[in-house]
Amino acid sequence: MENFTYHRPHHATDAVKLMKAAKDGKFMSGGMTLLPAIKHGLASPSDIIDLGGLKHAGVAVSGSVVTIKAGTTHAAVADDAGLKKAIPGLSKLAGGIGDPHVRNCGTIGGSIANADPAADYPAAVVGLAATVHTDQRKIAGDKFFTGMFETALKPDEIITAVEFPMPKRSAYVKFPNPASLYAMVGVFVAELADGSVRVAVTGAGPSVFRVPDMEKALEKGFSPDSISGVTVKADDLNSDIHASSAYRAHLVNVLARRAVEQAK
Amino acid sequence: MPIVSMKVNGKEVSGEVEGRTLLVEFIREGLGLTGTHVGCDTSQCGACVVHVDGKAIKSCTALAVACEGAEVTTIEGLAKNGTLHPMQEAFRENHGLQCGFCTPGMIMAAIDLVNRKGKKLDEATVRHELEGNICRCTGYHNIVKAIQDGASRM
Repeated sequence: MENFTYHRPHHATDAVKLMKAAKDGKFMSGGMTLLPAIKHGLASPSDIIDLGGLKHAGVAVSGSVVTIKAGTTHAAVADDAGLKKAIPGLSKLAGGIGDPHVRNCGTIGGSIANADPAADYPAAVVGLAATVHTDQRKIAGDKFFTGMFETALKPDEIITAVEFPMPKRSAYVKFPNPASLYAMVGVFVAELADGSVRVAVTGAGPSVFRVPDMEKALEKGFSPDSISGVTVKADDLNSDIHASSAYRAHLVNVLARRAVEQAK
Repeated sequence: MPIVSMKVNGKEVSGEVEGRTLLVEFIREGLGLTGTHVGCDTSQCGACVVHVDGKAIKSCTALAVACEGAEVTTIEGLAKNGTLHPMQEAFRENHGLQCGFCTPGMIMAAIDLVNRKGKKLDEATVRHELEGNICRCTGYHNIVKAIQDGASRM
């Protein structure tokens, strides 16, 4: 593992200063992706700026909105009693990321900043029409993920929180890779407060995407049967040793129907 | 090089580390506590699980320097005055180990599980919660039995 200089600032402004001064700096939150990437030689930052010292953690349910601070661990999100009532689909998603030990370290901000194509949170950010708050601005969930491991974040921009509007009902169902527990395919389905429906898919393509044909069908009738004939094209989907693109396309429909069935 | 200080198994320790020094390296090589194992080194197998500030984490995927001021418990910190922790005793009595390589991580994960979910654990819960711990001997039947037994004694 290549060496680096470690920093642990206590204020976002100091973190940004450190990033600007670094030759090739990286922000780190839980480190669950960055540290393995450095071990594998996929990343070799000159400086690591650990955002753990910012103490950006906590879940707040207020009115029709749930705000999760960026440094909140998956375990803390999954265990939050208020969130379980407000958005059970999001609570369940957080409780299914990785394993208990990973959930004690990994954070929501780190997960979405990394934008792994097989990560779970992107499906909820897009599926629930969330808003990503940074130290500089607010970014709509739909505009946040721009490609494989690519986001709208600038290199020195720090996520501070994610704001989720409460839906009428929602659910997330994933088909995990049994070894890594990442989503081979994961589908988040939500009926939002205004009656519109969102179907967001992770794991299947280079980045999270919506399925407009399913959304329209579910707006007419929110039942698994409404989308039994709505398929996605396999052409642009991921294909690897774990699953072909055709299999992933098949899973999108199966998991979407299960999510509709489980939505509450 | 940075100096890191933390409390390991109740004892104040400190040492010089590099930015990249992993917590498990500091524990094993810096402190000589070799009960914590490194299996996969890719945060999947769970042989390196220790408790940091009361929570189970994979010490192969944590920086030592980030644990400044933390309270760390390793497998060596469980037995008190020569008496095994009830979970260790349960693993011994239920033959919850074969080669023993995964055992420290299994026991640390098991105690964390009891801390989170209580002493009454059904088999399905234990199996599900062990997602982050792999036994290459595939000795899961007795590991699960041992955890259920150990939980009830804690």
